[in-house]
Formats: sequence, C-alpha cells, structure tokens
Amino acid sequence: MSAATEQHTDSHDHGLTDAGYIKIALILAAITALEVSTYYIDFGALFMPLLLGMMVVKFVMVVSYFMHLKFDNKIFSFLFYVGLALALFCYIVALATFKFFIA
Amino acid sequence: MADVAVHHEADHGHHSSTGLSNNKLAMWLFLGSECLLFGGLISTYMLYRGRVSNGPHPSAIYDIPFTSVSSFVLLMSSLTMVLAVTSAQRGDDKKTNLWLIVTALLGATFIGGQVYEFTTFYREGLGFTTSLFGSSFYALTGFHGVHVSVGVIFLLSTMGIIKKNRITGNKAEVVELIGLYWHFVDIVWIVIFTLVYLIPA
Repeated sequence: MSAATEQHTDSHDHGLTDAGYIKIALILAAITALEVSTYYIDFGALFMPLLLGMMVVKFVMVVSYFMHLKFDNKIFSFLFYVGLALALFCYIVALATFKFFIA
Repeated sequence: MADVAVHHEADHGHHSSTGLSNNKLAMWLFLGSECLLFGGLISTYMLYRGRVSNGPHPSAIYDIPFTSVSSFVLLMSSLTMVLAVTSAQRGDDKKTNLWLIVTALLGATFIGGQVYEFTTFYREGLGFTTSLFGSSFYALTGFHGVHVSVGVIFLLSTMGIIKKNRITGNKAEVVELIGLYWHFVDIVWIVIFTLVYLIPA
C-alpha cells in the first residue's frame, strides 16, 4: 500500500460509526431537554453555571464528533479554536468596557 | 503511472504542503472568522437586550416551548448531516442524497419556525426599530437564519450535482465541507438558544 493510499484510508477510517453518531445525538437531545428544564425548574444559584456548562458541553460535542475535530489533523483544531478564542477575548473585553459584568 | 497520479489528484483535490486538503483548511479558516462575526452580533445583543424603551420586553414575547422544538429540529439536522457525510465516504450516493434531503427539510422547518416567530413578534409590537433590544435580536437571529437558508441551498445544490454526477473532485470531501458549514450553523444556534432565549434579560 502506497503512502498516499494509506493517508487516504487513514483520513476516512476516523470518526464514529453511524450508531456512535446516533448515541451522540441522543446525548445532545438529553442535554437540550435539561437546558429547557431550567426554564421551568428553579435551580437557584446553580442556574447560570449549569446552563453555561451545558451549552459548552453541547458545543464541544458537536465540534469534536460531528465536525470530526477530535479525529482530524490538529491544524484544523488550531485554526478554529484560535478564531474562537480571539472572538471570545475580543468581545469579553468589549463587554467589560461597557461594564456588562458589573451588576 | 502518470495517469494514476493525475487520477489520484482529481479524486482527492489539491493538497497543501502540510498534506492536508486546501479546501478543508480554507473552510476551517472561514469558520474561525465566522466566530468573530457571530461573536460581535451576540455581544451586541447581550449589551442591548435590556434596553427596551418601546415595545414588548424579551420575557413577554419569547415562546420557549416553540423555540425548544426548533432547536431540537436543528440539532437533529446535524445528525442527518453527519450520516450524509459517512454515506458519502462509503460511496453510497443513494443514502447520501437521502440524508442530504432530510437535512435540508429539517433546515427548512427551522427557517419556517423562525419566520413564524418573527411574524408573531412583529404582530405583538416588536419591529426592527422599536427598541435596541428589537434591533439586536432581529440582527442576530436574522443573520443566523440567513446562514441556515444558505446552508439549505448548499445542500440542495450538492444533491443536484451528485445526482448529475458533476463532481469532478473528491465527492466525500465536498459533502464533508458542506457538513462543516452546517454543523457550524448548529453550534451558533446552541449558543444563541442559551444566551438569548434561556437566560433572562
């Protein structure tokens, strides 16, 4: 097997099986149901961290599994997460300038 | 030998010096830059969501059960998209087309829900210029809706060119690139659903 064919096979063998993707989708659906439950059930001080935590878990699961970043070359992860980190930094600073985080 | 090399190049697209597909690199770079666009729109909404001089307050008009169903529909479209990608990687055109059309239908359902939501909000007195909240809400969710609509067009176009066998390069990679765009639209909605709808102003 040539190096090129190996590379080709390698890039297509990565990722989960169809059943694996269905399991991920079911977990995502369950987390969404939990998120919606926070609208009806009073979680007190846990409300905000719980909601933000579930949002981050769903985000990372879709990016890692459905978008294959977990299995793909790390350069793709670098390109995406650098863009995301830059956006987060830039807009957290902007929001802080407008005193958004001061109650 | 040369023919084999040319055929291989046509099948797998052009690759950069890293050995990675240029198309895929460009798509990830594009998605990274899209984070900045949506970051700006989300930040603007966060700043202005409490600025309601005229018209209804967010909590008075948001229909959480309805938006939850829309969110679920978009989330499930990510599953059907990834199934389209795996079918394309197996070379199963029939299943690829089936999952692409299901994804497009789910995307269209989401857009239909958004049109219904916008119409309802407008009837309840929230126009684009009613308040800073209204402007930032419509700008953010409208931009996202446009992205979903473009995604639906991509999906239907891809289906058409697969059916007519007009993809000259790597078919699986074309479907994967459309998939990356579609999943990105989904992750943006994951953030919007939490920050805009579930966290009260």
